[in-house]
Amino acid sequence: MSTLVIDNTWDDPAKRAPLVLNHDRFDTVTAEICRVNEEAKPPMAWYVTFGISLALLGLLGVMVMYLLATGVGVWGNQHPVMWGFPIVNFVFWVGIGHAGTLISAILFLFRQKWRTAINRFAEAMTIFAVMCAGIFPAIHVGRIWVIWWVFPIPNQMDMWPQFRSPLIWDVFAVSTYFTVSTLFWYVGLIPDLATLRDRATSKVKAIAYGLFALGWRGSNRHWHRYERAYLLLAALATPLVLSVHSVVSFDFAVSQLPGWHTTIFPPYFVAGAIFSGFAMVVTLAVPARSLWGLKNFITLRHLENMNKIILLTGTIVGYAYAMEFFIAWYSGAIYEQFAFVNRAFGQYAWAYWIMISCNVITPQLFWFKKARTSIWIMFIASLLVNVGMWFERFVIVITTLSQDFLPSSWGYFTPTWVDWLTFLGTFGLFGTFFMLFIRYLPVIAIAEVKGVMPQADPHYGEEGHEHESEHAFGFQPRRPEDKEEDQS
Amino acid sequence: MSDSSSILGSTAAPDREAHLTPAANKLYGLMAEFESPAQIVAAAEKVRDAGYRWWDCHTPFPVHGLDQAMGIRATILPVLVFFGGLTGTIAALVLQIFTNAMSFDLWAIVWVRGYDYFISGKPMNSLPAFIPVTFELTVLLASLTVFFGLLLLNGLPRLYHPVFKSQRFARASDDRFFLVIEAKDPQFSRTKTEAMLQALKPLSIEALDS
Repeated sequence: MSTLVIDNTWDDPAKRAPLVLNHDRFDTVTAEICRVNEEAKPPMAWYVTFGISLALLGLLGVMVMYLLATGVGVWGNQHPVMWGFPIVNFVFWVGIGHAGTLISAILFLFRQKWRTAINRFAEAMTIFAVMCAGIFPAIHVGRIWVIWWVFPIPNQMDMWPQFRSPLIWDVFAVSTYFTVSTLFWYVGLIPDLATLRDRATSKVKAIAYGLFALGWRGSNRHWHRYERAYLLLAALATPLVLSVHSVVSFDFAVSQLPGWHTTIFPPYFVAGAIFSGFAMVVTLAVPARSLWGLKNFITLRHLENMNKIILLTGTIVGYAYAMEFFIAWYSGAIYEQFAFVNRAFGQYAWAYWIMISCNVITPQLFWFKKARTSIWIMFIASLLVNVGMWFERFVIVITTLSQDFLPSSWGYFTPTWVDWLTFLGTFGLFGTFFMLFIRYLPVIAIAEVKGVMPQADPHYGEEGHEHESEHAFGFQPRRPEDKEEDQS
Repeated sequence: MSDSSSILGSTAAPDREAHLTPAANKLYGLMAEFESPAQIVAAAEKVRDAGYRWWDCHTPFPVHGLDQAMGIRATILPVLVFFGGLTGTIAALVLQIFTNAMSFDLWAIVWVRGYDYFISGKPMNSLPAFIPVTFELTVLLASLTVFFGLLLLNGLPRLYHPVFKSQRFARASDDRFFLVIEAKDPQFSRTKTEAMLQALKPLSIEALDS
């Protein structure tokens, strides 16, 4: 390949667009991806981002200590808005955490091979986002020292969690999601850690990567079980990812407050979560691919595909906003009608219209191929979507609580400086982990990317073959005439 | 694996024993190196048809069709996962019904007591309300079974293996495809097996010490 290919977004149905550009050998792929971890010094931007993140992480620590030492009165949570920023931020971060498992599980089951370049990245993002999310409900309980009451632990009080409460479902859903996402991520990492171990130039690196690679030696008898395990994890994670945000939406929908008590909440929340998660992947992938020169793997086509998903899920979210209004009118319930008119034209109208313009109007840009393939447009749009999705949660939580059935108990929510700085601090936690991940772990699934190259097909180069591997990491149907000898 | 083999594989111990017992430094097997997925698949078919049982291929990524070429039987992992998931379902239902809908002691087993949690007029056994936690625990235990079942069946973690002694083998995680026939295979013969591998035109053939 003499000339460098940059644009692979053409749509020629007769010819499959390549997923890896400018590489026709496996060793150059390994070297180019491992360079991110192996170069002596990361780019300056890494130090700057890591430094800022670390400072914000410290800020988070100080804010949490201050909260625990003083009490939840330092927040703006006041009657009638008892669920303020902590719940808004919790739902925001859990939502971001949904794209990783969507990419790794659902796109895997749909055989969307372009996922291989971004899945590692997105799964890491998921894990760190769920960590940020988990902080808020924990510190929100006020008496952190009895947080163990949420788990069914036998105790001298004969006291058990109340399993009919959506809040306890949330504990199980989010902790299961965190565990399964981490397992999925780690299983995917094992072969790539072995690659880094085999390339290690120092003993410390060889031992560290070697321990976590568990002695992986690429045995095909292992690969066989590995592929099956990966498929099983994908099949388990797919309903899981849909269930987690459904359960988060139950926190609202199972209550009887106007504006929350609607059946559209689970699908609407799941679509919103995928929407915000993909926006976050674009926000992170765009700078990362140019800083570390990964444009041959995270190609323009990958970004374009993500933008298409942002357009789709953004439109679903817009539909859900409209449907909420329709049902409020159609139900004839005056409290429901008031709640929605109040959302759009009441005291929080500013937040509502920020939400609409960021979440519904911005993604419509992606109908145009020019916008889908323009780095700057997609980067700014993805930032706006992140802002919009935070405001969506703000609108849902705050407007309903501040004005419910009784006008005598109405109020206006004002966050305090502790609210703002705690939220800002979670970006530090996220950024710190993410920068460490980029520096020390393979950011792209090396083995999987090799598997989607045309050269990975045993029939590559044969006459009449379309130069395309059948599947990477997929189910291999068994033929009855195959000889069988090895007992698994 | 220039560095890591000496760290992760204990090369010192076999060397010390080498002059004590003549059989200590015995042959683990023969390793042939190939350049492309097509070659390893073709080689695997030959070795399979020759009737070998103790052999393996090592590849940087799963090669399509190699399972069939090697004649690997489907793993029992999905069966284990089914029972792992079932355990989660049952455990979650028992947990919720015992702790929220019954008030008797399990003192003979452990000192815990259930509690009839009557709340918002729902029936004691509120099955619909118990489904989310049941679902999550099913997925959790099934996923843990996938992970630990995978490690158990693959015999991992195993930080030392004879193949790691080979310098060439470091490329098994990069761009080369290896086929190893173990000496303990009943059909193995140093000369005949080597001749057969030689006929497959590998890049190299290496004898591995165990």
